[in-house]
Formats: sequence, structure tokens, C-alpha cells
Amino acid sequence: MFDVLFLQFLNGLDKGSAYALIALGLTLVFGTLGVVNFAHGALFMIGAFCAVAFRQLLTLETVTVDPEKLSPWGAPVEIRAPLVQAWFGDFGAVLVNYSVPISLLLAVPVMLAIGIGMERGLIKYFYKRPHAEQILVTFGLAIVLGEIIKATFGPNPIPQPMPTDLRGAADIGAWLGMQPGVITYPLWRLVYFLFSLGVIAAVFAFLQFTTFGMVVRAGMADRETVGALGINIDRRFTIMFGIAAVVAGMAGVMYTPLLPPNYTIGMDFLVISFVVVVVGGMGSLPGAVAAGFLLGILQSFASMHQLKAFFPGIDQVIIYLVAVIILLVRPRGLLGRRGVMEA
Amino acid sequence: MSELKRGISRRNVLRTGLAGIIATGVSPLVFSRGAWAQEFCNNPTGSTVTFGLNLPLTGAYAEEGADEQKAYELAIKHLNGEGDGGLLNVLKPSALKGNGILGKKVQYVSSDSQTKSDVARAGATRMIERDGAIMITGGSSSGEAIAVQSLCQELGVIFMAGLTHSNDTTGKDKRRYGFRHFFNAYQSGIAIAPVLGEAYGKDRRAYHLTADYTWGWTQEESIKNATEALGWQTVQTVRTPLGAGDFSQFLTPVLNSGADVLILNHYGNDMVNSLTQAVQFGMRDKQVNGKQFEIVVPLFSELMAKGAGENIKGIFGTSNWHWNLPDEGSKAFTKSFGAAYGSPPSQAAHTAYVQALLYADACERAGTFYPPQVIKALEGFEFDGMGNGKTLYRAADHQCMKSVLVVRGNEKPTSQFDVLNVVKEIDRETANYDPAIFGGELGAAEPVPQCR
Amino acid sequence: MAGFMSRRDLTLFVGFAAIVLLLPILAAPFGAAYPDLLQRFMIFGIFALGFNILFGLTGYLSFGHAAFFGVGSYAAMWSFKLLSLNALPAIIFAVAIAGVFALVIGYVSLRRSGIYFSILTLAFAQMCYSLAYSVLTPITNGETGLRMASSDPRVLDRLFFDAPAGVPVPSLFGMSLSGWNGFYFSAVFLLATFLLAMRITNSPFGMMLKGIKSNQNRMNYTGFNTRPYTLTAFVISGMLAGLAGALLVVTDPLAGAERMQWTASGEVVLMTILGGVGTLVGPVIGAWLIKYFENIFSSFNDNVLSSFFSFLPDGAREVAVTIAGKFVGEGWHLSLGLLFVLIVVFLPGGIMEGARRIGARFGRPRNGSRVGRQRELSPTAAE
Repeated sequence: MFDVLFLQFLNGLDKGSAYALIALGLTLVFGTLGVVNFAHGALFMIGAFCAVAFRQLLTLETVTVDPEKLSPWGAPVEIRAPLVQAWFGDFGAVLVNYSVPISLLLAVPVMLAIGIGMERGLIKYFYKRPHAEQILVTFGLAIVLGEIIKATFGPNPIPQPMPTDLRGAADIGAWLGMQPGVITYPLWRLVYFLFSLGVIAAVFAFLQFTTFGMVVRAGMADRETVGALGINIDRRFTIMFGIAAVVAGMAGVMYTPLLPPNYTIGMDFLVISFVVVVVGGMGSLPGAVAAGFLLGILQSFASMHQLKAFFPGIDQVIIYLVAVIILLVRPRGLLGRRGVMEA
Repeated sequence: MSELKRGISRRNVLRTGLAGIIATGVSPLVFSRGAWAQEFCNNPTGSTVTFGLNLPLTGAYAEEGADEQKAYELAIKHLNGEGDGGLLNVLKPSALKGNGILGKKVQYVSSDSQTKSDVARAGATRMIERDGAIMITGGSSSGEAIAVQSLCQELGVIFMAGLTHSNDTTGKDKRRYGFRHFFNAYQSGIAIAPVLGEAYGKDRRAYHLTADYTWGWTQEESIKNATEALGWQTVQTVRTPLGAGDFSQFLTPVLNSGADVLILNHYGNDMVNSLTQAVQFGMRDKQVNGKQFEIVVPLFSELMAKGAGENIKGIFGTSNWHWNLPDEGSKAFTKSFGAAYGSPPSQAAHTAYVQALLYADACERAGTFYPPQVIKALEGFEFDGMGNGKTLYRAADHQCMKSVLVVRGNEKPTSQFDVLNVVKEIDRETANYDPAIFGGELGAAEPVPQCR
Repeated sequence: MAGFMSRRDLTLFVGFAAIVLLLPILAAPFGAAYPDLLQRFMIFGIFALGFNILFGLTGYLSFGHAAFFGVGSYAAMWSFKLLSLNALPAIIFAVAIAGVFALVIGYVSLRRSGIYFSILTLAFAQMCYSLAYSVLTPITNGETGLRMASSDPRVLDRLFFDAPAGVPVPSLFGMSLSGWNGFYFSAVFLLATFLLAMRITNSPFGMMLKGIKSNQNRMNYTGFNTRPYTLTAFVISGMLAGLAGALLVVTDPLAGAERMQWTASGEVVLMTILGGVGTLVGPVIGAWLIKYFENIFSSFNDNVLSSFFSFLPDGAREVAVTIAGKFVGEGWHLSLGLLFVLIVVFLPGGIMEGARRIGARFGRPRNGSRVGRQRELSPTAAE
């Protein structure tokens, strides 16, 4: 039984990684700018499509026609040769193989630009508008972004293979000195978990140990005073929006081998990540991270048939049930501050 | 197109009708019935006849929907005498002349059903009420097919089901106005069980993950019964929501459950995801109970095999049809589809194409579009040349009885389309079953409901 | 009549009623004059009007109203299956059940405000949806949707006559409610809802709700308990959502779970905002616009487009079809999203504000009772 529970726990950490990363970005935006961003899921999706686009670039092919061979419908067979391999040889093959992690390099500047562009172009006009209107405009924006991706890449999911070295399952049990083959877990999912820990640590360190972060934190606490001190808080907040976009985008890039992305992937995560943010406490970064992992783990355990036998359908509702209970017992979420987002 | 013309003419009709009410105070009921007095729904009076294509262009089964659309467009071209004629040349017996249906040119309207029953039904209603569709066809989920089929029965419009594999479509939820060419989960069970027994032995413990809707339930039941008859045990059956995406929380408990076979009752993108993730969990490299762990996908198509890539290699399943079958019909269809779109047709495309042709042929034989006559022409119709050998549209449940394929993911594909091998063809007699086992009632064809 | 409603309200109601009843003619030039779409116009008009009683008057943004809509649908269908094919008991039953759900969910959710309230309602609605889709399948028939069968008991009907042959369809004392009859039947309910919304807005109760919206704290500090009022508004709006859901199965007898998903809740929010929050006519216009987009724009395939652009030369036509194809057909959501962003950015009061601005530009003197509207739309300030 221990091995089953441990596996389910691992799975919860792995599911929670994605929730935590998305909720972290949402909270950054909310905490700094006070904006409820329903387009945050769309940023995750755009990140995922950075990986898709990068791979499509890498796998551009030259097509030559072999007039000798005919396909079953009588057309000549096409022979495809990847360009990257023609130019770079084996190194090209390595590039293609590692396309997902490498596309992080592409995703960071792209997401930063999109985030800053979004903030300057649209969001900044909504700081003073009611939250309901922020929700609505960003929701509209999310639809538009999703549809643009659909028009460009089509409605169907596009699989992104993971690097061959990171395929398959890792024998964690054996690492921990247990019997081999008892606790095995997909390698890439472990990579995703570690990656998310890294990103979360980086964001916290950035806010904690840099002057920039200190000013932002001060601004989160009291925007007027910091502004009165002659610090250009607005520009820093713009950059924070960009950083939130980068976090969401990187989460999206690394998620692609687990779930082939299509244009709805952002919306699928959006509702759940809002629940995560609210459970953690609006505006609390540690709360968002903790709630992300907590809900991931609960969701994973609730899917066990042993539990479902007692509470039918519990796997479907657990996240919402927890949200309702937490909001009723701890009105401001796990680690939320008083007075945030209460109209 | 016809939209505008219809709109204007209907407005005139309405205007006259409304003037009538205002003048005489007749109830709206009389006016609405009187305005379009017709013997049946959407009786084509002009020089054209309209098919309503209900296609999932987005959602979990979007890829199948797109392929169905191609097939319908091709079928309509062929019916109108354009292109190379496709299966018109090989269907036996055939009353098709290649000049449309009963001399009327075929055109179509379409609707994106989003792989959702509610939306599919709304789309079908729109195509019937506004666009005057004489027949509704398409769909690639059994939920959609059953919902639309019952709507069509209410409105008196024939429904030629596309991809639907649930036993219920022609079982407990069968309808007089609904027809299915595709095979069903029960037949998958009959076909695949002996092959599984031969390949994996009689002593196996199976774990089912099942899409939580009508098709998943009936497939789970059929495969469970068929494998248990072999001597297999069923460790656990777990339902997963349609379109779940990440199946990891359902896959983790499989690992140490003592099961040595995982049966994935998933289709479309769901199957691609769950299979890929199961392989990532190392399930195909596992040894359990001293045996190699195996994955079985009881129903899959060439499109899904392409989506799953490497992971599908060596996996057993069943299919309605496959493009590299050697008979004349399959060759002819693959040829004209490939020439038109540059890729071979999927089983969804095949069933869609055949359904369109069979409907047209039935109208020609009946000599009318009047649904009860067309239904009579289809019921008990026996034909050949469409790629599955001799086929019978069974009168008792409107299910096509024909051969069924057991397929296996190709270990050494020679091209990007060569992803499946047909390992066994189960003939029509073996795949046969008594329609009474699923119950259900077709209902009456007459009186024909008035759709407006 | 004069004592019942003001002269201006009477004019508005009569005008609205005339437009609704003449829709089969008015909508014809837009290709929308077919029963199914016009029924949806009525039904979602009711849904949006009901939603507006909560959101427009009290400022509480519920993201879970689709749950009541769905509950209404299932309840009405069960009434058709167990009691009678008559639509009236089904509607009464559906409204009552939706009311009970709204009372429970509202009682719990209204303990919180702001986004916490939104998330609570969203959570409840998602639970209803997920359960309807999975374990409640015996009641809801899951993904396939709940339908009628000729073998259903229908005890009330059986008391009076034998089971008729053929497909059972909902009726009103023997009159079938499909097609145009269904439209007029739903239209009566839309008009009644409109009247109700109008009465509530102008009543002391409505004033109280608006007071809660503009400053709940002040109301609370005066020792005034606002919750019974908001809860009443919540229940009324939930019951109207149930009514809309019931009408949808009356006109199209299938109850599916998708109509309870959060996107459906989002849709009614969009309708209300698009038309104009807190206005009477706005939500209805928003509902019509979105349903029109959904049904008409989405049906434009390349075939239709190329005949639409047939006046262009070949090359230009293909380009035009390709570009336009991104905005209609499968891409209709793109047009909707763009429209939506533009409206929220430039016309936060929705289409009604646009109409008012245009009206103001032409210098027509506005009626006094509309002055307050701008204030109604003002931000619900954070604490």
C-alpha cells in the first residue's frame, strides 16, 4: 500500500507543479498590479506554442519527388530531408531532439515582449476600472489569443516529443534503496517538478534579494507611498507583468511533452488556477504555490478507486469542494491578507 | 447562396401569413402549419437537394471530423457526376446515375458540433429548420449520434450516422430514422478476444480505463465480457472524464495494481494522450506476474495511430476499415481520396463517404425523398463493393452487418501513413449477433412528423 | 394601468413586446427567422434578464448561473418523463427545483463578496456539472443527455388517456410546442420576465439592491442586514435561469450537461455586459447578439463565403474568402472576442451606452429617470 500512496503523492506533486506555476504568475500580476488577469491561461498556451513553433522551424524539410515510386493513389512519393540536419549534421539532430528545453530560450524573450506589450497596450487602462471589467476584457483577450493560435496552428493538438534521454520512467524506488521496479515514475514529469521548483525559487529570490524586487514588494504593500518617494513604480510593475508572462510561458513550454498543446489548453487550466489562487489567498505568493501543490496532491489521491468507492465522483469535485470549504472556513484563503479583493 | 434566397422568400411567406393573422385573427398555429404545407420535412422542390453535415471540427474528436468533411465533399462531388466517380463505379447493386439524386444536384450545409451532444443537436436543428437539409449525417461521438438521431426522429429527417461505435446507437437508443454503417463495441469484442487470447494467453489480469459516456461504457462492457470469456480477470474498471487531457492520476494506480494488461477505452485525442502517457509511465517495459505488461486499445483508427506515433507500435485493436485493404472498393476509394487530398482516408472518412452514397442510392431506388420510403429501401438492403465485403443493412436495428478488422500498430512503417497492419479479418457471419440482446425500439416511420 | 407602471415604462414594454412578437419578420433579412434560433433568442433573453437582476442590481458577479439553467432543464425533463407531457407542470417544477438550488448555493456563497463570491458560485456550478457528467448519470444520462422515451411512466397523462403512438413531444394541453409554437410560448415568458425585471428595478426592493451595490459597507454599518435582500435577488435570478433551462427542453427535448459548464456561465456574463449591465433591454440585446453570432456566423463555411464574394474576380475572391474565413465559421469566436474587447474598452456600459451616446449626440433630450444609470455602472470600489 505504501508504494501506491507514494506514487499517488508523486503524481500530486507533478500535477501541482503546473498549478503552482500558473497560480504564481496570476498572483504576481494581481499582487503588483491589482489586475485579475483571465488571459493568464492564454499566456501559458502561447508559451506552449513557442515550443511548437520552434520545433516546426527546426524540422523544416526539403521535399523532393521520387518519380519511380508511387503511393497507393498513384501520386509520386515525396522524400523529405530535414534542413537542420543538412546544415548542422549530428548537432542538428541533437537540436531537434532537445527542441523542447531549448525553446525556453525562444520563449523567454517572446513572452517578455508579449507580456509587456499586453500591459502597455491594454491592461494599463484598466487599473482604475472595476475588477469585473478587468475580468471581462482579459477574458475577451483570452478568446482572441486562443482563436489566433487556432487560425495559425489549427484546432488539433500538436504532439511535442520529449528528448529521447528523458523518455521512459525512472526507478525512484531503487534510488531510495528499495526494491527495484516498485516505484517508477516518468522521468519528464520529475523534470517538470524540479523545473517548477527552480522557477519558483528564482522568482522568490528575485523579489527577496534584489533592489528591484524590494521596490516591487514595497509597491505591493503601499503603492502611493513608494510612488511619492519618486520611484517610477509603474515601469517596474510593467516589467513584473512581463515576468509573470515569462513564468506562464515557461510552464507552458515544458508542459508540451506531457500534453500535446492546442488552443484550448489555456482555458482548461484557467478555472483551476483561479481556484488555486483563491484557495491560497489572493495576493499571496507563498499561498499560491502551497495551494497549487496541495490541490494537485488532493486531486491525485481523489482519483484512487479505493476512495471513489466510498465517495463516488470525488475525483471530479475535490478541487471545488476544497475551495468551498476553505473559503467558508478561512475567508481569505490559506495565506491571504485581509481586505484584498472584497468589494 | 440559397441562404439569402430562402430568407427573402420566407419573409414574403411570413408577411402574407402575418397579414392573414392580423386580418382574421387566426392563431399562429394554423398560420405556421399552413405556410409550409408539405408532405414531409424539407421536401426539395427546387433543382437541388441539401445534405446537413454535422462535423466535430473542434474538441476531442476534431481530427476525425475534418477527415469526415473531406469525405463528404468528395461523395457529393461524385454523386453530382464530378471527379473520378469513386465508389459509384463499384457499388453493387447501384441505382446511382452520377447526376445528383433523382436529378437534383446535391449541395451541403455544415455545422461544427464541437464534439458535444448539445451543440450537435442545435446545429442539426438549424440545418433542418433554416437550411432545409433533407438528411443529417456525420458526427464522431456516440453521444452526438444518439442525441441527433432522436432529434431526427422527432423532426422526420433521416440521420445517417458517421463514426459511432457504441452498442446503444443501434441498441437501446436505436431509431427508425437513424442508420449506422460503422461497426460497434460488441463486434469489437467478438473480433479482438481470440486474437488477444492467442497473443497474450488465457491467464491475464486486465485494468480498464474508460471514457465516461455511452460509447466507453458499452465498449468496456463488451470487451470485459469477451476477455472474461477467455479466462482473463478484470482487476478494476475506472471511468475518466471525456477530454481529460492529463490522465496521469488515473495511470499511476495501474502501476502496482497487479494488472498485467491495460485496456484503454478511449478514442480520438483522449486515446492519443492516455496511450502516450501510459508509455511514458514505462508500462510497455514492465514485467508483471512474470509476464510482459501489455496495452490494448480496442478501437483505433489510422489517424489516432499517426497521433500516437511510436507508442502505437505492436498494439492490438479493431477497425471498421483500413485504406490498404486489397479489394476493389477500398482501392478505388483510397485512390480518389488520396488524389484529392494527398493522404489516405481514415475509417471515419470511409464510413462517412459510404453513408452519403447509400442514402443517395436508397432515394434513387425508392424514387422519392419521402423518408418512410427511403427507410424501406435501406432496411434489409444488401450490397457489395464498398470495402467490407458483402454488407447487409439489418432491418431489425439499422446496423450494417459486415466484416470487422483486427489491426495492430505497424512495427516497421514504410511511410507516414503506413501505421497499421490488418492482422485478421473477421467475416460477417462471425461478427453477427442477435439484435434482440440490446433491446430498444425503432419506433414508427409514419406518420411523418412535420418539422416546422 | 397607470398605477401599475409609469407611462414611460409602459411605452418601453409595449415597444419591447412589439419587437419580440414581430421577430419572425424583423429577423428575416438577417437569415435568423427560423424557430430554433428565435426560441433561443427568447430563452437566453430570459436567462440574461434574470442574471442581470443579480449582477446588474446588486453587483454580485456570479460565475455559476449555468448550474441553475441546467438544473431547470433536468427538472423539466423529469417532469415530462414522470408526470406529464404538458409544459406547464414541467416549468413550475423546474423553477421550483432551481429555486431550491439557488437558495442553498446562494445562502452559502453570499457569505462572501467580491471575487470570493464569484469563485464560490463557480465552484458550486463546476461541481454540479462534473457530477451530472459522471456519477449522476442515472439521473442525467451523462454526456448523451437526458431524453424522453415512449415507455416513460407519465402518471398524470396515463390517468386520462392511453400512451399515444409515436415520439412523445412536449405540448401545451395537446398543442405541440415545437417550431413556431415554441417560439410564441417562450416569447410569452420573456415578456413576463421583462415585466418582472422592470417591476423589481423600480420597486423599493430594487432601490435597496442598488444601495447595496453602491456601498454595502455603509448599509451594513447602519445596522442593516443586507443578506436577505441579496439572497432574494439571487434566488429570483436562479429561478429565472431555471425557467430558461426548462424552456430549452420544452422546445428541444434533450437535457445535456454541457449547458452547465463554466463557459455557459461565462456566456451569460458576456451577454449581460455586451448589452449593458443594469439596463433592462441591454441583456436581452446581448443575448440575441451572441446567439446570432453562434448560430449564423458559425455556419458560414467556405462555400457560403465564396458565393457571398462571387462578385470579385477569382484571385481576389480566394483571398477574401481566406481572410473572412478566419472570422466566421469555426473562427466565429474570434469575431466575438474582438467585439467583446472593443466593447469593454470603449463602451463599458455595453451596447445600451453606445445607443445612449448616439442619442445624446443628436441632442434628443433624455428622460429624467435614466440619469441614475451612469452611477449604477460605476465601480464597485474595493475596500
